[in-house]
Amino acid sequence: MSLLAVEDLSVEFRTRRGVARVLDRVSLGIERGQTLGVVGESGCGKSVTALAMLRLIASPPGRITGGRVHFDGRDLLALSEDEMRQVRGNRVSMIFQEPMTSLNPAYTVGDQIAESVRLHQGLTRREAIERAAQMLDAVSIPDPARRVHEYPHQFSGGMRQRVMIAMALACQPDLLVADEPTTALDVTVQAQIFDLISELREKTGTAVMLITHDMGAVAEMTDRVAVMYAGHVVESAAVADVLREPLHPYTRGLIACAPGARTVAPGQLLDEIPGTVPSLVERGAGCLFAERCAHVQPRCRAELPPHSEPAPGRTVMCWLHTQ
Amino acid sequence: MQRTLVTVLRRLALAVGLVLAVLAVNFTLIHAAPGDPALVIAGEMGGADEATMATIRKTYGLDRPLHEQFFTYLGKSVRGDLGTSYTYNRPVIDLILGRLGPTVLLVLTALLCAIVIGTGLGVLASRRPDSFGSGVVTVFSLVGYAMPVFWTGILLVILFGKVWPVMPIAGMRDVRAFGAGPWQAALDVAHHLVLPAATLAIVYLAQYSRLSRASMLEVLGSDYIRTARAKGLSDAVVTFKHALRNALMPIVTIAGLQFGNLISGAVLVETVFSWPGLGTLALDAILGRDYPTLLGVLTFSAILVIVANLITDLSYRWIDPRLRGR
Repeated sequence: MSLLAVEDLSVEFRTRRGVARVLDRVSLGIERGQTLGVVGESGCGKSVTALAMLRLIASPPGRITGGRVHFDGRDLLALSEDEMRQVRGNRVSMIFQEPMTSLNPAYTVGDQIAESVRLHQGLTRREAIERAAQMLDAVSIPDPARRVHEYPHQFSGGMRQRVMIAMALACQPDLLVADEPTTALDVTVQAQIFDLISELREKTGTAVMLITHDMGAVAEMTDRVAVMYAGHVVESAAVADVLREPLHPYTRGLIACAPGARTVAPGQLLDEIPGTVPSLVERGAGCLFAERCAHVQPRCRAELPPHSEPAPGRTVMCWLHTQ
Repeated sequence: MQRTLVTVLRRLALAVGLVLAVLAVNFTLIHAAPGDPALVIAGEMGGADEATMATIRKTYGLDRPLHEQFFTYLGKSVRGDLGTSYTYNRPVIDLILGRLGPTVLLVLTALLCAIVIGTGLGVLASRRPDSFGSGVVTVFSLVGYAMPVFWTGILLVILFGKVWPVMPIAGMRDVRAFGAGPWQAALDVAHHLVLPAATLAIVYLAQYSRLSRASMLEVLGSDYIRTARAKGLSDAVVTFKHALRNALMPIVTIAGLQFGNLISGAVLVETVFSWPGLGTLALDAILGRDYPTLLGVLTFSAILVIVANLITDLSYRWIDPRLRGR
């Protein structure tokens, strides 16, 4: 049985212009100890998927309108708020895009790490601070015994993301959701953070859901990948298969856009996908990628393609691959 | 720790300088005002010739150059001698010290109620900003904010003095309670305190509830609140531990800045409720042209405001660790 199986998860947001269907029957799964990459451009629903899984969508304006989130045999969407709180930070933890603002400026990093350990594992304050120092050591922060008593503003961005990771892993969760953990960081620091996540994953056996728009990171770090576009999972497969033979035109575009995907001569522009993500409020009947797709057919504009399974363990949502 | 001590000492030195500046401004103002004190004294005596006038000037040091007079005044003030009241014919410092307690009691009670209740209402309103309860808090705040202090006071006097006479509407102690035990006396004062403190608190309560609602709404939308929720913390811990502490900054700022307004509000409230504080003393001094007393009250009000600002400054450092290094 999968550790996590999201089935047909749908989320709507009330906006001034109408109801936006931000997630439309999203399905994805993660096995124990596995890493799943979730890729797509900004606004495609990657972060909302993660937040909805943990029921952290602000409501109103957001609302989960359907689906199931099976985690370790239980449907998280059916749990009481109290039961849900025992899952958050304990069995599933999350790190976010903005290390600079994701830590509370008023408390020491030690207090903030210790807080989850005390809550979920019933440690005393002293034991919890000790555990916090061990965690800082585990994420390679030098002099952890001293730094555990320092405040977030005394750490750099990369260091703060390490603190976030320490906090997320302090309760030894089964699943770590990393929502673009390196987007706000320098390129050199990005590599360090990715290395750290890989290293800790190997050590602890935690499954990882890595949300990113960086195809390079997906290629390096993940076992499977789910490509999202406008609230749909348009393709999902083992990462090697996707890189070797991307089926959905959007996936092909994403791979072509990644610097380093092919040799680019100096002065030559990188590839791009023309157009932008369509409005989620006024969805047409057809495929949402149709307007940007090079292979568009009349049918694409009239009817939403179904999820088809061209090979075992591989799904794609495109009329080109439905036979 | 040492840094904090150094800061406290530096702020204290600044505060002392500020008090001296206030003394200088007060002194200058009184001398810039029209009228010759010697003439006033001579008038009280029933008239005097030139020679007597000269004696008066010599006795009170009024024949000395202005800067010399200032330093004499300063020296005496520092030693606690603020002169003698014309009206009460007693040392001003004794009058003020007798009235300081009631005013501080009134102002601090009102401030505390306003901050605690106002912030509490604001926090409640911020948790469901579109709810009916939040709307009630908003309306209540706007009404409270719009009512002038003296008018609220008079309304309360009518309500609790005439319609529903359960609260004393004047003074600080009941004559019948004199000679009772200390607990009885404290209860008596507390009973008398209710209406004046409530009057003064309502306006500020309204401001704090508006302010804390806005401040909480901003903080609740921040990334670290999402982190706290993702940790599995309960709503109460997220609201009161993680959000409120960060939302306190503007509340403390306003509390410090408004302390002066609160004291001037106290003048009105004390007048309406005959509260024996600095406010009624100041009003009497103005009406009776009792300059030494007025100067003394002004100086003490300034000191109270300066102390309040000092406390504000220091609480910033407690609330926001980022300010501790400065």
